[in-house]
Amino acid sequence: MTQLALVIDLNVCVGCSACVTSCKEWNTSGPAGFMGDLNPYQAEPNGTFFNRVQTYEVGTFPNTETVHFPKSCLHCEDAPCVPVCPTGASYKRDQDGIVLVDYDKCIGCKYCTWACPYGARELDEQQKVMKKCTLCVDRIYDESLPESERKPACVLACPTSARLFGDVHDPDSEVSVVIREEGGYPLMPEWGTKPSNHYLPRRKQQLHIHEDELIRVDNPLKKEERAPSGPVDAPTLDDFAL
Amino acid sequence: MHPAFSVIFLTTLIGVGQGLFLALFMGQFYSAAQFLPSQVSSSFYSTGSMIALLFLVAGLVSSVFHLGHPERAWRSAAQWRTSWLSREVIALPVTMGIIFIYGLMQYMGWDMVIFTTSTGAKLPLTLIVGGVGVLSVVALFVCTSMIYACIKFLQEWSSPLTVVNYFLLGSASGFTLATVFSSATEPELLNFYGGFAIALTILALFFRLASLYRNSRIKHKSTIQSAIGVRHNTIVQLAQGAMGGSFNTKEYFHGKSAFFLKSVKYIFLILVFPLPLIFLYSGMSNGSTGVLMAAFIIQYAGLVAERWFFFAQANHPQNIYYQTI
Repeated sequence: MTQLALVIDLNVCVGCSACVTSCKEWNTSGPAGFMGDLNPYQAEPNGTFFNRVQTYEVGTFPNTETVHFPKSCLHCEDAPCVPVCPTGASYKRDQDGIVLVDYDKCIGCKYCTWACPYGARELDEQQKVMKKCTLCVDRIYDESLPESERKPACVLACPTSARLFGDVHDPDSEVSVVIREEGGYPLMPEWGTKPSNHYLPRRKQQLHIHEDELIRVDNPLKKEERAPSGPVDAPTLDDFAL
Repeated sequence: MHPAFSVIFLTTLIGVGQGLFLALFMGQFYSAAQFLPSQVSSSFYSTGSMIALLFLVAGLVSSVFHLGHPERAWRSAAQWRTSWLSREVIALPVTMGIIFIYGLMQYMGWDMVIFTTSTGAKLPLTLIVGGVGVLSVVALFVCTSMIYACIKFLQEWSSPLTVVNYFLLGSASGFTLATVFSSATEPELLNFYGGFAIALTILALFFRLASLYRNSRIKHKSTIQSAIGVRHNTIVQLAQGAMGGSFNTKEYFHGKSAFFLKSVKYIFLILVFPLPLIFLYSGMSNGSTGVLMAAFIIQYAGLVAERWFFFAQANHPQNIYYQTI
């Protein structure tokens, strides 16, 4: 079985929101219709977005870290928003696991938004139907595009390659490998929704240098302040190297 | 959650209608079983059914305002296998249909006696139709309340107490209305209905307090740590990705102060329970329909506040992601 998903590397994300704007641009001009905006140029602008970048500060000054956190539909394997839909407008595709909304069937009752713990769904205030991330389903299978561009718009837009796209059920795919080897994790695992999208944690590259490695006991060049402990003319480790 | 008045009126209005029908059936059952001394006229049941039906229709009309596309509402019966909302969409018209048939049979006098027991108790056909109606009413109560109780991460709702409260509060208001109705039309039934209305209101108070107590001690499973997956005690949100707010900031929060929320709680606790009890008791004592009507109106107003509080109190885990603009 295939389960397409995104893996978002929080270690790399710089919070530029390029994924947000490219998502909006692609999807508002797509065949499924525009993404409605309310008061876009006035006070209290409001609009439909599939993807947002949030920012969190972790720790207390001065030991803080800024985490940029892109948030979109996680395409849960056990999606709680699907069974509650009274019309069947919300569905999970069998062939690739993408959770979609049929905009022609949705009655706009908003029940699915209650049933999603992540708040991933938004009601389009102009079309009065529920909208959410489609993983650019109208793009990833488009054979008129070069193969390298058959990826969600947000993945292509990311300047730091913080977003990876692939099949998380294929153990050898790029996304599966990074989830496995870089500590990929799901959000709110306590609800058993099994999100397909994973996040890679912040990881610090730390070099552990022991004192012995800075000052060699038998330094042949004798540059450091501390004199070698042994006799100066005695053979050094380097003499045995060959 | 953001309380929508369309849903508040839907759930409270159909609750009254369902409760009133339960009261009518109980009255007919008791008189058929000869527990009640008087023989009640069938116009009492037919008029009562029509009043119950009016409340259900009013609730249905109110629910339409909740939909973005009411013209597609017929589609919502499709997923009855998985969705409680879909089940409610089926149960509501079925209940309305049975109540209509019951009222019509009473009005037209289509009421042959199926059999008579040795003690003289009669089983009329309308009682069987009414019994089916009771099953349908109970099923509708379960469907309506399970819409809320089945969402496990809305922990304030996810409890059997939600189902019990919808049933008891709807029944209590329906029996209060039945008391008003009987006082105006069949005064011999006044104490029968009034007694049940008082008992149900007290029972509902007990279970509503139990639910308030449970919710006051709730420990939310989701935290900001599990929401963004960073294990640190100090995490502060700096930006939510939308400076002007979004659907997420409007739909999931009541937008009122904690003081307002607390005020509504005390207002509904007074309006739904002690005040109607006092008015019911005094109305029953002096047989005044006006006082009983006041009891019903006060209780209904209280139930609107109760339902508002029910929605507002539920804390959706997605709110964790929307703490700061």
